[in-house]
Amino acid sequence: MNILRKRRAANLPFSETVIELFIRLCGISCIIFVFGIFFFVFREGAGFLFNGLDLGQFLTSPEWYPTSLSNKRYGTFALILGTFSVTTLAMCIAVPFGLGAAIFVSEFCGPKLRETFKIIIELLAAIPSVVWGFIGLTLMNQLIIAVFNVPIGLTMLNGSIMLALMSVPIIVSIAEDALKAVPDSYREAAEALGATRWQVVYRVLLPAAKNGLLAAVLLGAARSIGETMAVLMATGHSVNIPSGPLSWIRTLTATIAAELGEVARGDEHYQVLFIIGILLFTITFVVNLIADLVIKGIRQE
Amino acid sequence: MRINSRIGYTTICFLVVLTCSFAMSGCSHTDKASAAKQGTTHTIKNKGSDTMVNLAQAWAEMYTGVSSTALVEVSGGGSGTGVAALINGTVDIANCSRQIKPKELELATQKNSKIPQEFIVGYDALAVYVHQDTPINKITITQLAEIYGEDGTISKWSDLGISHNNCPSDEIIRISRQSNSGTYFYFREALLGKSSDFGLGSLDLHGSKDVVEVIGRTPCAIGYSGMGYATPHVKMLEVATAPGEPYYAPNLKNVLDKTYPIARPLYMYSLGEPMGEVKAYLDWILSAEGQKIVEKLGFVPLTGS
Repeated sequence: MNILRKRRAANLPFSETVIELFIRLCGISCIIFVFGIFFFVFREGAGFLFNGLDLGQFLTSPEWYPTSLSNKRYGTFALILGTFSVTTLAMCIAVPFGLGAAIFVSEFCGPKLRETFKIIIELLAAIPSVVWGFIGLTLMNQLIIAVFNVPIGLTMLNGSIMLALMSVPIIVSIAEDALKAVPDSYREAAEALGATRWQVVYRVLLPAAKNGLLAAVLLGAARSIGETMAVLMATGHSVNIPSGPLSWIRTLTATIAAELGEVARGDEHYQVLFIIGILLFTITFVVNLIADLVIKGIRQE
Repeated sequence: MRINSRIGYTTICFLVVLTCSFAMSGCSHTDKASAAKQGTTHTIKNKGSDTMVNLAQAWAEMYTGVSSTALVEVSGGGSGTGVAALINGTVDIANCSRQIKPKELELATQKNSKIPQEFIVGYDALAVYVHQDTPINKITITQLAEIYGEDGTISKWSDLGISHNNCPSDEIIRISRQSNSGTYFYFREALLGKSSDFGLGSLDLHGSKDVVEVIGRTPCAIGYSGMGYATPHVKMLEVATAPGEPYYAPNLKNVLDKTYPIARPLYMYSLGEPMGEVKAYLDWILSAEGQKIVEKLGFVPLTGS
């Protein structure tokens, strides 16, 4: 086997070897970057993480007073809840819309309409997050005040809608690809057995494309967890334990974005913000791990 | 990745447009820089307070039209960073939204054998804003401390003795700033001193402008921001230090005669008596032309106009 590969490599023109080497380097660099970033974030935060930070208080106390002059408290419980609640609500909105749109684009609409749809969805993906944040701060704020009769519209719901609008294009693109990847013979077989179009989708396509659809949802969720600018502007940025979709909240990412710019390098507060970065890393890692396990489980079935 | 092929085309279009616009802005920028360079003999380094960074930049930009022999380089980082750079002798002028500390003054003198010179270049007055429909015109610092403080007792408009028809929930929505901005620090110290904190649950917005913008849309809200940011949708309250004391409106006159309680001077420090280009620059800042920019950016100039 090894000899065979070597001989084949010997027969290849020089340019092929160079290209192969280059591609391999690209692949490896990806891993190096991820580890490099993790190392950097960890190094900046490690000093305080192991020496001085009360980890129990950090994870369970809602009191976030990083700049108090008399009594500094670093509790991120409210921020963690904020991140999770806004992401969950965003997914509740985005998943039905995203999967529905993907099914429509891939199975129900004609080729002309499909092209138009794709262009529009791509456009939606190209809008920068600060623009979404601005829409949340102005337009959606007014709308939520008018609809729910609340004093201020900068709420978890506002942020969730913005996040949903941002993750829908990702979900649609990937989910549509997953549905398209199901062989046509499946559809033909189901239709030959007398299934209606909806039955084909529900009973045949969705189970067949399960992995891809799950990947679509998880990538959408990852986009929501990591989003910064839009949630900073739309959710009110208020340290609060959320009590419902209309409460003001603050997320982990928004806290880093708002505060990192004005802390002194190496300061306790600076290090705590990097520890929040480590926390976000861990959360993303766990989400990806769960996704992997779930997909593996599905495969074994 | 599979999305890439999908989104790729649009992204490339955008990138092309972006690159073009960058290239174009880049060109015009270098033109200006090289034009300035021809006559440049001296670069003035200016660093410090984030509150002042826009002001300092505006000065620096205007100054390129005034003097052909000096170029001003401005960077932010905070008052402390500016003073630290002054101590190390790496800047010509440090911007500071607080007065230099005695220890810093001593260090700077020791290290450079020059005494830092202080210049007050303008004032920053924080106005207390409410929505234009709020039936209130005056407030005391004591009341503000009860509204914002950690164990504050005022959370409803009726606690202030007013009935707010446009705010059915009666709840005071506190608008604040992110907790490490200079404005936040100053407002907290003015209200509570150094020993206690603001309560959680305020909306901590990211800019002076956003604060006024949100208050203009929220009848229940109260907040603070520079007095230059006022819009027709908001109202500035008159402020007294304590009940029984006289109330003062945030205007140029009251800031200048130091009767308005929440105003602070903005400082610039030079190492030793300023000389040459640095002196010319500071003189220009203190001149009527330089002070006009102070007013334009929402701060209070040294002399009322």
